[in-house]
Amino acid sequence: MAECGRVDSHTMDKSITLPPDEIFRNLENAKRFAIDIGGSLTKLAYYSTVKHKVAKVRSFDHSTKEAASDKLYEISVQEEVTARLHFIKFENAYIETCLDFIKDHLVNTETKVIKATGGGAHKFKVLIERKLGLKVDKEDEMSCLIKGCNFVLKNIPHEAFVYAKHADSEFRFQTTDPDIFPYLLVNIGSGVSIAKVESEDKFERIGGSSIGGGTFWGLGALLTKTKRFDELLQLASKGQHSSVDMLVKDIYGGSYGYLGLTGDLIASSFGKSATADKEFSKEDMAKSLLHMISNDIGQLACLYARLHNLSRVYFGGFFIRGHPLTMHTITYSINFFTKGEVQALFLRHEGYLGAIGAFLKGAEEDNPNQYSWGENYAGSSGLMSVSPDMYPMQRARSGTFDMLEMDRLDRQLVNLPLLQEPSSYIPDTVDLTEDAPAREYWLFCFEDALDGVVKRAVASQPDMPEAAVRAEKFRQKYRHKLQTLRYQPFAYGSLTVRSLLDTREHCLNEFNFPDPYSKIKERENDVALKYYQKVVKSLEELSWEDRQFALVRGVLAGNVFDWGAKAVSDVLESDPEFGFEQAKRQLEDNSGVDIILGVMPLVRELLSRGTEVVLASNSGPALNDVTNGELQILTERIAAMDPVIQSGLRDDRLTLVQNGSSSPCLDLSRLDKALAMVVRERKTDLVIIEGMGRAIHTNYFATLSCESLKLAVIKNSWLADRLGGKLFSVVFKYEVPAGKPSQEAAVLTP
Amino acid sequence: MRHRRDSREDGETSGDTCRKGQTQTMTSSFPWFGMDIGGTLVKLVYFEPKDITAEEEQEEVENLKSIRRYLTSNIAYGTTGIRDVHLELQDLTLCGRKGNLHFIRFPTHDLPVFLQMGRNKHFSSLHTTLCATGGGAYKFENDFRTMADLQLHKLDELDCLVRGVLYIDSVMSSGPSECYYFENPTDPDHCVQKPYLLENPYPLLLVNIGSGVSILAVYSENNYKRVTGTSLGGGTFLGLCCLLTGCSTFEEALEMASEGESTRVDKLVRDIYGGDYERFGLPGWAVASSFGNMMSKEKRESVSKEDLARATLVTITNNIGSITRMCALNENIERVVFVGNFLRVNTLSMKLLAYAMDYWSKGQLKALFLRHEGYFGAVGALLELLHPS
Repeated sequence: MAECGRVDSHTMDKSITLPPDEIFRNLENAKRFAIDIGGSLTKLAYYSTVKHKVAKVRSFDHSTKEAASDKLYEISVQEEVTARLHFIKFENAYIETCLDFIKDHLVNTETKVIKATGGGAHKFKVLIERKLGLKVDKEDEMSCLIKGCNFVLKNIPHEAFVYAKHADSEFRFQTTDPDIFPYLLVNIGSGVSIAKVESEDKFERIGGSSIGGGTFWGLGALLTKTKRFDELLQLASKGQHSSVDMLVKDIYGGSYGYLGLTGDLIASSFGKSATADKEFSKEDMAKSLLHMISNDIGQLACLYARLHNLSRVYFGGFFIRGHPLTMHTITYSINFFTKGEVQALFLRHEGYLGAIGAFLKGAEEDNPNQYSWGENYAGSSGLMSVSPDMYPMQRARSGTFDMLEMDRLDRQLVNLPLLQEPSSYIPDTVDLTEDAPAREYWLFCFEDALDGVVKRAVASQPDMPEAAVRAEKFRQKYRHKLQTLRYQPFAYGSLTVRSLLDTREHCLNEFNFPDPYSKIKERENDVALKYYQKVVKSLEELSWEDRQFALVRGVLAGNVFDWGAKAVSDVLESDPEFGFEQAKRQLEDNSGVDIILGVMPLVRELLSRGTEVVLASNSGPALNDVTNGELQILTERIAAMDPVIQSGLRDDRLTLVQNGSSSPCLDLSRLDKALAMVVRERKTDLVIIEGMGRAIHTNYFATLSCESLKLAVIKNSWLADRLGGKLFSVVFKYEVPAGKPSQEAAVLTP
Repeated sequence: MRHRRDSREDGETSGDTCRKGQTQTMTSSFPWFGMDIGGTLVKLVYFEPKDITAEEEQEEVENLKSIRRYLTSNIAYGTTGIRDVHLELQDLTLCGRKGNLHFIRFPTHDLPVFLQMGRNKHFSSLHTTLCATGGGAYKFENDFRTMADLQLHKLDELDCLVRGVLYIDSVMSSGPSECYYFENPTDPDHCVQKPYLLENPYPLLLVNIGSGVSILAVYSENNYKRVTGTSLGGGTFLGLCCLLTGCSTFEEALEMASEGESTRVDKLVRDIYGGDYERFGLPGWAVASSFGNMMSKEKRESVSKEDLARATLVTITNNIGSITRMCALNENIERVVFVGNFLRVNTLSMKLLAYAMDYWSKGQLKALFLRHEGYFGAVGALLELLHPS
């Protein structure tokens, strides 16, 4: 049974003061409400549209303008409306206050119903209908859970994790297999429901057990006179079960070697309490009860997994809900009964599954499942350890409000078809969750760079006087994120340089700094364009072999121009005249600003030898990386002066595609569907990945099923040390999969 | 793990191995005991020869006579030892000797008293081998030696269990049938105990419910494996009952359970859904959450000790039922034999198991029970004495 105990309900607390506009965000446009009311927590979901600023580039008509000082293209900050899903979790005690707040701020009036699920839904039905004036439409809990589970598994990387109590990092996040089915979902509410999920629409409740969270709570309350679930867990965490349980060694004097049962194994739960003349401590009884129930659920889950031949088993329900103790005992039980064949998996957003599912049921006409969604790190609380005495930061807010926000992505994201093993692909080179010194370094790095980012953000919007205030808010938000991550590195899945960069982009967007580098990029592009023909000409004068070297040096030299790397931005900030010549000196050669003078000549060379080229670039801005929009314009300009590029475009041998990403890093398992299609159609047989974010921080170890070339300059001394080189060392990693010769087309990802 | 004892000649059954063995080896000297020392109870079987010749009678030492008299003339020993007279097997032929097989039990914590008695009666002077199984055979081996000067021959409990079950089933011909089942398990008014002929027993799922539970898949007399086990067994029922109700014996706990109502303690499907949960075929009467109602303070205050005892019994029994059912499915076995002392005088649990097997498997699974429910390990140990495998 998935139903949560509707008991010991807290009295309605109306006097509580909330910072509600920070929590129920974007209510003005909110629609499609759904609510999941459990035994103690309420989860509210709604859909809203968010207006935010985006930087757009638009080409001028250069045929009418000739002056060299003319701007390359027009950058305009426009308002764009994007869809966002909001999920808020709060204690049932606040439900009335929250409903009032929503009522007061809800502008959209087309909403007529609210989807509801969870054991408490009917208890609060009247209240919800009265407060919101919406009709409560009940949805089956199990179906909601599964719908929600499918949604998070598909859309949130690092959603699932394995719990390892004694490991360096308690949470080991799983790479999501692109095919999430089939799996077993074990929901431990007051009872246990076990469902087998085979596809988006096909699932079956294959079994369950009456021994669940309600048994722990109810029996625990009887045995220990402790009323609250959390307090029972607290007791259990301090107890010794061996004083209550009869262990194998209590019967055998040692292990039962013949069967391989160790002496510490529980032979009979509560076997030692079968006596009237002994007192047992509350802690010990609670611990014994916890073991009894966890082992029993684990055993049943294993029996069902075996019967249905499933190896992915996800656990959820209020018994689990982020409690390290129950995650540990369930994990232990699963390991014991399957000898490690099946891993117990938990979900970061487990508490939201019902609300997400109920929401999706009510939002079918918006086709939410046809889009890709992404977790917005700026608006989401992240996973909080609820361990009582582990981290000082954790309970600051989680006791009251917890949020998850998901943005609808413009593009549908899929795997790069050329990934050797999509199910085991890990984009990131260093997992900062597990690598404490690396984590320390990078958190410091990002905090240290914050002033510069703020400065640049303000500078990027010189016409907006309030930019400074917004930038300050950005600073505070991002700094708070960094501080949280110091204590809870697992908050958004594995902590990586990529996630730190993405979090920063999300926070910048949050405060309407969509593209702080747009002006700088434009200036650089403009300058670089002027050199293009000169560079091409000098390259053409070289012998074939010398030219190849020169081309590679060109790409690498261009790569030095990276505002994300502190070493470079320090030089650039202090010496505005720093330019190409200096980069050349440092690399002892050649010319070009990344895309125009580095990548384009390479593209040209490839085209000249008859290779088809797919040039993939970011969909949205990230640092000073070229966006697809900018690249379109730049390519047109280059085509106007270079017949090779021009004919390439005309004959469709040079294709510009966006990669679906707005990050300086690259997750090859979340790429634009259109790019994946082109890659497949063109039978791509060489992938060139360029830049520190895409080829070093991510994908350094990625194995592809075709030839690949990873190119970058190490612009960070710590990373150079780590990789055993010096600052500004060059990475040129050419890999050939076994038994794959010739090449016909290439994908470039600057 | 699959156990295979040394193979014997084809076609032999456990009933006649002994006779053949007799011609090959010396029959053990009396007394013939088999012992199973479990976590909670010690089970003792004793073969009382009834065909003692005058010659034998004369040779018989006084100690042996006194032990025989003591055991067979009493039905209770000390304050806690009990002979289950109704289980006694009379006129049994064992290794060419005719006699009665007696079934005796006492709590494991009284083992020191038993050892003291063995010492007082100079048991060790008989130079007999004491075949013992169960964890206690290992745990107390040293105590047997130091306190009673007895050397134990230790045997694996599951080997003994399987051997004992198959033996008792094969020798039962007269009297009440050893194996039985419940007819109409899903209809309380017409649910009656019926004899069952366990003619071709394999494959068989054997569920031994003692303090804890072991589940074995038996494919032939000497080929079985332990499928799994659970720590939620008889010991859990009694342990929780003692904590919840203050009772102290199994009989007391069962008595209370028989008077209680578990639906006041448990949260049923209908308590949540108002009736059946049709979407998933769950009947309203099914337990959704064992002890689920006890999350509420008011309900905690309104239940009786009897209700709690009943809920504990139902919880433990149903859980064993559901694990058993899953094992039967995984092993593809349709017949389940439940044994172990948890089922002693526990018709409530047996009927619940019969019901659960039948209902949840839609009639596919049959629950079988054996009259000598807890003694098979001890019988197996005795057989080992008479005919070592």
